[in-house]
Amino acid sequence: MNDMTPPQKSSPKDWESDQEVRWCPGCGDYAILKAVQRTMPEIGATPENTVFVSGIGCSSRFPYYMETYGFHTIHGRAPAIATGVKLANPELDVWIITGDGDALSIGGNHTFHILRRNLNCQILLFNNEIYGLTKGQYSPTSAVGTRTPSTPYGSVDRPAQACAFALGAGARFVARAFDVSKELPATLAAAHRHQGAAFIEIFQNCIVYNADVFAGFTEKANAHQQLWLKNGEPMLFGSEKSGGVKGIALDAEKLTLQVVDVPDGDWQKAGVIVHDVTNRSIAHMLVEMRFGEFPMALGILYDDPRPTFDAQVAEQMTSASAGKTPDLQKLLAKGQTWTVAA
Amino acid sequence: MASAAEQDLASSKVTGAASPSEAVVVRFAGDSGDGMQLTGGQFTLSTALTGNDLATFPDFPAEIRAPQGTLFGVSAFQINFGSDEITTAGDAPDILVAMNPAALKSNVENLRIGGLIIADTGEFNDRNLAKAKYDRNPLEDDSLSRWQLVPINISQLTMEAVKPFGLGNKEALRCKNMWTLGLALWMFDRDRQPLIDWLKAKFAKAPTLADANIAALNAGHAYGETVELAAPLKQHALAPAEVAPGLYRTVTGAEAIAYGLVAGAQFADLPMFFGGYPITPASAILHYLSPLKEFGVTTFQAEDEIAAVASAIGASYAGQLGVTSSSGPGIALKTEAIGLAIMTELPLVIVNSQRGGPSTGLPTKTEQSDLYQAVYGRNGDAPLPVIAARAPGDAFECAIEACRIATQYMTPVMLLTDGYIANAAEPWKIPDLSSFDRFPVQFMEKAPESGFMAYARDNKLARPWVKPGTKGLMHRIGGIEKQQGTGNIDYNPANHQAMTDIRRDKVAGIKVPDQIVDQGEAGDALVIVGWGSTYGPIKQAVKRARAAGEKVAHVHLRHIWPMPANLGDLLRSFGAILVPEMNTGQLKTVLRDQFLVDARPLNKVSGQPFTIAEIAAAIDAALSGQKG
Repeated sequence: MNDMTPPQKSSPKDWESDQEVRWCPGCGDYAILKAVQRTMPEIGATPENTVFVSGIGCSSRFPYYMETYGFHTIHGRAPAIATGVKLANPELDVWIITGDGDALSIGGNHTFHILRRNLNCQILLFNNEIYGLTKGQYSPTSAVGTRTPSTPYGSVDRPAQACAFALGAGARFVARAFDVSKELPATLAAAHRHQGAAFIEIFQNCIVYNADVFAGFTEKANAHQQLWLKNGEPMLFGSEKSGGVKGIALDAEKLTLQVVDVPDGDWQKAGVIVHDVTNRSIAHMLVEMRFGEFPMALGILYDDPRPTFDAQVAEQMTSASAGKTPDLQKLLAKGQTWTVAA
Repeated sequence: MASAAEQDLASSKVTGAASPSEAVVVRFAGDSGDGMQLTGGQFTLSTALTGNDLATFPDFPAEIRAPQGTLFGVSAFQINFGSDEITTAGDAPDILVAMNPAALKSNVENLRIGGLIIADTGEFNDRNLAKAKYDRNPLEDDSLSRWQLVPINISQLTMEAVKPFGLGNKEALRCKNMWTLGLALWMFDRDRQPLIDWLKAKFAKAPTLADANIAALNAGHAYGETVELAAPLKQHALAPAEVAPGLYRTVTGAEAIAYGLVAGAQFADLPMFFGGYPITPASAILHYLSPLKEFGVTTFQAEDEIAAVASAIGASYAGQLGVTSSSGPGIALKTEAIGLAIMTELPLVIVNSQRGGPSTGLPTKTEQSDLYQAVYGRNGDAPLPVIAARAPGDAFECAIEACRIATQYMTPVMLLTDGYIANAAEPWKIPDLSSFDRFPVQFMEKAPESGFMAYARDNKLARPWVKPGTKGLMHRIGGIEKQQGTGNIDYNPANHQAMTDIRRDKVAGIKVPDQIVDQGEAGDALVIVGWGSTYGPIKQAVKRARAAGEKVAHVHLRHIWPMPANLGDLLRSFGAILVPEMNTGQLKTVLRDQFLVDARPLNKVSGQPFTIAEIAAAIDAALSGQKG
């Protein structure tokens, strides 16, 4: 308590472990790693209080490269391991690193339940729409028709939409970003600020097995296809250069979203919606927007905290224990007993 | 190889000495209007049809229709049945079916301690409680804690079952006895068909009544199957002379394990985290632990078996004692995660309440067929210590032992119990907790002078346990092979060889007490080697043989892996080795493998425990083989 020296702010370098980073050159994971290492000092995190938990896959190697506590677990189970970590010590700052196969295929059940329970943690889903570590099979987020060694004639099953899944599972924070985006650190920081399970889908370019699959909105030339959502601001995208500013409005008759032109910057007249991060109905519409017909909704789609699982478990532990003395010897002799004389 | 088949007793009829302790005594008690005599009579009929020897004892009031719900209006029917010769209707019932408070009150005191009470909660209303002179509802206080209570709203369930037949309330409730009978038939694997035929004949002129009664019978049977209600299996009572003085209570294996885990966590000076998922017959452990929050026990009902073990591993990583529990199918699901705990060398206690398998198998029946799964059942060379409890009370000490080994050696530990031990209640001398050795955990909080290494070894080959949150000791662990010492990822061939050897040597080097001989002595003509819940019948059978002058010994293993250091020499001292198991010979195989001894199997895989007579017969056969 006498220690009055203010904690010295760390630098991104302090968050780099001594391990050689072993992703393919050009992999989007590098950019995400840098963004996380840049974010940690900004949010005031401390390495000893930070735990990265991952499953299996390329992205799940992530914890080895962070100078924090780290647990590289088994395929799909990171949310379950993280739940035990956080319940055992709610003081820890828990980050889950997962991928589209890890979180939505083999670990879909755990992803659903951690969101439903609202464990206070950050879940970073690196979505590259492919199985990288096992050499290029299609994944549950691959577009229909994706040709891979396991789908030589193209995949036929419809892809899962990560953010729609998260919201459907009851997530109270849903965000989207992409690997090389300048907005990624701010999105991560917002996720960290949110008390509860914060779900971030990060589009990540797999340069070897699924290169440029997100180029339609991540390329500089396609920046007009990015709809960056900001709380309290109108949902605008594009520019005069790209063929005019556009916005997202509500088609009140069909109860769907629609793209509208915004001439002369008069978005109010065009009926463009002002983003409210606590509006769950709009969030459902945003995560369902089909890219092509619509821009890609990015940033914080939804953020409306409610009590966390770990806090409620801790509260119940305290209230149920109140006034009770943990005397095991007494507990053993509770109920009916009898004495056998010597 | 032929010997296994020859000695397979599952299907053969064994005749042995009369052994009333192996019989089951059921008492049906209700209002004289509840049709208890009819229920008992029909149960008798179906029991006789299955070839059980039996004796019955109808006990009904003199009044034809005594006032409903009163103590003097209670009618009861008792039946004693079993595979051996039955000579009496049995003194103390093992099961009491109480259809109302009066039936409970006038019969419960005769129920043997640890026996099962099935009570119709629908009849335990204020009016009936008052008629039976109960001040408080005995189903809702501690007054029945000497027994196992299964409260079921039989009245309501019966009404639901017969609803389609449009009977009046009173007529509908008359079918309660058939519902109860259906449940009893399920518990004891009795055939329903003779009763269905009988009901059809009895109500030939009122087919609706026949159908309603059959529906009630089927509903009761289905209820037992759905809630996986198992008949309590009788523990072999100790002779009075053997009872040590002290304070006693009854305890089931599930209770004893729950309390043993709490004690083990206390002795390790750790909070406990229990990750569980409902499964028969293991759920009871979760139920017993969930209210114990003031003991620092966090229970987490996970979304599946995998999440249950994974959360426990996460909790151990964060510095609590992680525990998970299941039955064979659930353990199978947990297996990959158990491998992770072996690789990351984290403490973890895994309780397996074994049941009949494979697959869903026989959820309510007992078996010992997960020994291979416990000892060998993982991918890779993945050794872990295995402990087996022999009886409900013994499970308490075994749970403490599992916590000790897990925390002292930084390893997952498998504790084997079974449906028989988990469900059965036995009198238990309450242990004095101050008599146990403590084993407080020392977390590493500062790097040693030589520098911090996550996979450094102490003299037991255990690695340091570092809680996240500890300054300066940040490190990464995971399922990929570790470099010796540093714990960094390492694919080097020589390193994998060395780490595999270390994992093997660490477990092999766990200090377990030398094996003692339960009865008899080293060098006897024959030794019966058992593990787990076969303890009771083996003990009694060996005792009888010794009383008859035979040189037979009984050795019962608690430590299945690693085995006691003296076990090989001990086994080799006997003239012959017989291993009775409720499986096809799993411990027998491990003993042969470990010690190259001629262990012979005695196997029974019927979902039923061994009878004393079966083991006595095998002892006779083994001895006469030697003499001949």
